[in-house]
Order: sequence, then C-alpha cells, then structure tokens
Amino acid sequence: MPNFLAKRLAQLIPTLFFVSVLIFSLQHLLPGDPALVMAGEERDPAVIEHIRQQYRLDRPIPVQYFYWMKGVLSGDFGESLRNKEPVLKLIAQKLPVTLQLASMAIVIALLIGIPAGIVSAVKKDTAWDYGANLFALWGISTPNFWLGIMLIFLFSIKLGWLPASGYVSPLEDWRTSLASTIMPAFVLGNAIAAILMRHTRGAMLQVLDSDYIRTARAKGLSETTVILRHALRNALTPVITLGALELGTLLSGAVLTEQIFSIPGFGKLIVDAVFNRDYAVVQGVVLVTATVYITLNLIADLAYMLVNPRLRA
Amino acid sequence: MADAMLGKLSATAAIDTESPARRALHRLLRRKGAVIGLAVIVTFVVLALFAPLIAPYDPIASSWSLVRKPPSSAHWFGTDDLGRDVLSRVIYGARASLMAGVISVGIALTIGVPFGLLAGYRGGFVDGLISRITDAMLACPFLILAIALAAFLGPSLSNAMIAIGISATPIFIRLTRGQVMNVKVEDYVEAARAVGNPPWRIVVVHILPNVMPALLVQATLSIAAAIIAEAALSFLGLGQQPPAPSWGSMLNAAQRFLTSAPWMALWPGLGIFLVVLSFNLVGDGLRDALDPHNSDH
Repeated sequence: MPNFLAKRLAQLIPTLFFVSVLIFSLQHLLPGDPALVMAGEERDPAVIEHIRQQYRLDRPIPVQYFYWMKGVLSGDFGESLRNKEPVLKLIAQKLPVTLQLASMAIVIALLIGIPAGIVSAVKKDTAWDYGANLFALWGISTPNFWLGIMLIFLFSIKLGWLPASGYVSPLEDWRTSLASTIMPAFVLGNAIAAILMRHTRGAMLQVLDSDYIRTARAKGLSETTVILRHALRNALTPVITLGALELGTLLSGAVLTEQIFSIPGFGKLIVDAVFNRDYAVVQGVVLVTATVYITLNLIADLAYMLVNPRLRA
Repeated sequence: MADAMLGKLSATAAIDTESPARRALHRLLRRKGAVIGLAVIVTFVVLALFAPLIAPYDPIASSWSLVRKPPSSAHWFGTDDLGRDVLSRVIYGARASLMAGVISVGIALTIGVPFGLLAGYRGGFVDGLISRITDAMLACPFLILAIALAAFLGPSLSNAMIAIGISATPIFIRLTRGQVMNVKVEDYVEAARAVGNPPWRIVVVHILPNVMPALLVQATLSIAAAIIAEAALSFLGLGQQPPAPSWGSMLNAAQRFLTSAPWMALWPGLGIFLVVLSFNLVGDGLRDALDPHNSDH
C-alpha cells in the first residue's frame, strides 16, 4: 500500500507540471498583443501597462511561466481584472456552492443509477431491462442545458412548484435552499445516473454469473440476500472507481447548469470571467478544477485499494 | 435433408469468405437501434446539405409582424423573438452541429492518432512524455478545457471546432497508444519487422488497420459528445455567432422567452437530442458489430 501510494504520487508530479504548462500557455493563444486583448475595450495606456507588468509580458516566456508558477504555489493566482479581487478568494467564495450542487447531484445519481442497474441486470432481457437501457440512452443523449430549460418550463412556469433561478445557502434557510437546488442537482445528476446504471448493470451481470453466487443460491439463501449481500457488494467496487472518472462530467455540467439556473457557483464564475475577458480567473478556475479532479481520482484509486483485499496484498 | 445441409454449408462458407468489414456491416445492420440511428443521421445530413431547398423561409430574415408566433400551418415550429421561422433555423442549425461534430473529431483524429501511434510503438521516453501530456489534458474536464480554449481563441464556430477538437485529442492518443501496445507484439508484426520493413511501414501498413475498428467506435461516440459541446459553446455565446443559426444559440435566445414562446426551446433541443442519441446508438452498434468475440451469425 505505501509503495502504491508513493508510485501514484510520483506520477502526479509530471502530470501537474504539464497541467500548469497547458493552462499557462492558454494566454499565448490570444491573438495579437495579449495585454491589449486582455484590456478589452479599456484603452488606457496605464491599464495596459499594469497588465503587461502583472503578467510580465515583456519578459521571455519561460521567465513568465516561472513567476506565474511561483505565484500559484504560494497561493497567488493573480488578480481579477474586473473586480480587482484575488482570484483565489473568488474561487473560495464560489466553490462551496458548486460542491453543494455536485454532492446533491451525486446522491441523486446514486439513488437512480444503482437501483436501475441492479433491476436491469436481475431482470435481463425483460421490459424492465429495456426500460432501464432506454433511460440510460436518454440520460447520456440529453443536453443538460436543454433538460434544465424544459424543467424550468414545467416545474416553475407551468406548475409553479419550484423557483426558476437563484440560490439560497442552506445555512440561511435549508428548505428554500433545497427548493432552489433540487432541479439543477437533478439536471446535473441525470447524465451521471445513466452512466452509473450502465456500469452497475455490466458489473452485476458479470458477478451474477460467477460460481460463488451459484453456491449462495444452492445453499438456499433468498434471492434478495444473494443480490444485495453477495452480488452487489462485489459489483459496486468497480462501479465506484468508474463513477469517480465521471467527476469531470459533473464539473463540466456544473458550468452550464449554474448558468441556466443563475446559481453563483464555480461554473458561473468561469463563464462570467470568459465574457469579462478576465483571463486570470479563467486560468485559476481551470487549474483548480484540474487539481480537484486529479485529487478525487487519487482518492478513488486509494478507496479501490482499500476495499479490494487482493490489491492490498 | 442433404440439400438443406449443403445449403447451410454453402451459406457458412459464404460468410467465412466475407471480408471483416462486410461482416461487421452485416452485424451492424442486424441491430435495430443502430439502423434507426443511421436513418436519423442520414435524414439530418440530407436536411443540412439541402437546407436551401428544404427550408421554407430564409433562416435569418426577421419580420416584426411575426414576432413569437405559435406553431401554425404557415410556420410549423412557430417563429422566434425576431420573427424568424424556427423550422428553417432548425434545418440550417443542423449544418453547424453536424459540421462541428465531424470537423472537431477530424481534428482530434488527425492530431491524436499519429501521437498515439508514436507513443505506443516507440515506448520509452517518447511514450512517457506523450502520456504525461495526455494525462495533463485529461485532467482538465472536456467542456471546461473547450470553454477555456474557445475563450482565448475568440468566439466563432471555427474556433469552437478547434477548441473541441483539441479537447477531444487526448482520448484518441490514449486509445491508439493502448491498441498499438496490444497489436505490436503480435506474430505478424514481428514477422514484418523480421523481413526488414521500416518502422513507419510497419506502423502504417500492419498496425494502423488493426487499430481502426476501435478508433471508428470512439470517433462515432465522440461526434455525439462534440455536437453537445458545440451546442454548449454556442449556448454560452462562444460558438456560432448571430444571426447565423445554431441549435445552441437558439436555445440561449429561447431561455428568455420561455413563458411567452416555449416552442422556441423545444425544437432546437429536440434536434440536438435526436442527433446525439442516433450517434450513440450507432456507436454502441458498431462496438458490438466490431467485437471479434461477438459472433452472432
């Protein structure tokens, strides 16, 4: 286990290095003089000079990267050109909102995806199986921004049950918070539920065909015990790992979902930054997203090691 | 009885002499979902190609007397906030979506496959370097990377296609590399090497054709993802620019008029859903049809 951890951590260093190079390189994609483009409609020479100095654009590219990286490592992601606040502070303000939304989406995805996958595998080639497969196809093919718009039309405009937009923190009023986030969380969890359903179905079909399940049935155990206690426990291990790989889908989905429901989270921050030409914020958000994604994948790998005794040995 | 046996034997012989590509095509056409998906894709391709002949109105011609009119016999899908015919815009919008899907994946294949071949065949330092860069790109979620790239490149359909293509590239590098590593240890590759073929010839003539089936499946599924990504970028204002129609930008406009003109949101969304669903169905069908372990004839 310590060897595995050391090896995984050693692999992370070059990956994080290339992530930083990739994100740093983005500003060099800007056409023409980056300082002029970043300034946007602002033509004040003092502002342009300030940008040039902040990004050290008059220095060679490796020097620019060195100072940018030095800042990132000490928690200085630069300053937002629009509201003059540190990028890290903005991210820290918005991240909890997205994390609340993402957590709710994961719960919804687990509550729908895993039972649907179990039923589909247990009732293979029946109407239940076809129904669950159709649900999965629907889930992965529906653009979440369209689903969001359609749900707003149904539940907010036609039925008036839920607010169409806005966000209330659970610390202020948990009921209103739940009402304002349940629809976006469902939109976000829908595609993950479909993917989890497919993984669960595949893993369950494999496990249900194994010798120890035949033995459990031969011992006279009830079908519920065989499925829930013997089959599901083993089938869920790969599902959790594969599910962790979908966290990127969740973070990507949050960008559009937050935009549609006007939720002031991480996703809305990047979109607003794009339109305000606030490139330091765009770079900061992508860097934090990539780091969060890499860390969560590492945790998923470790969890897989912990629950799988053969890998621990 | 003997005739029946002979008939069966000759049928089996006919199947055995079929090329792998024909066999895969026959298997694909036996899958209902894939056939329906293909039919829908062909329909949308025809709509996109012959849009000027099929669309009833000019998709960018606005009319102040027709603002937000509900579906009628004159305008089957209704009109939008500028009095433009929604059906005509949906038909023309298919062009942007299909073009973005195919060109983005083309870009990803053009960059990804050579790098994947190089990493998988050469191994060692080259493989390590390409793989770490691939890991770094995969660490940035697909749409977030595409948004960031499109933001820096500037908003336009062509830049959106470049951004989506670059973001999809690491998947093809990783897939090609993995396939090459499996294939390069096969006896026929060893034999090609033993008779003195240069590395480029071994890779292009002997390895690449065996990697193609997996690439074909991934490319089909990636077109679906690229179509959603283009719609998402256009929805955010980073793709197709107004007044040119695109399903994503139509949804963006529709969001503001949900109460008074819900039909504006229904049709472009349905267009994206149908095309993406069809590519997913064909991709799933291709995966089954090209699987050598799957012999259902």
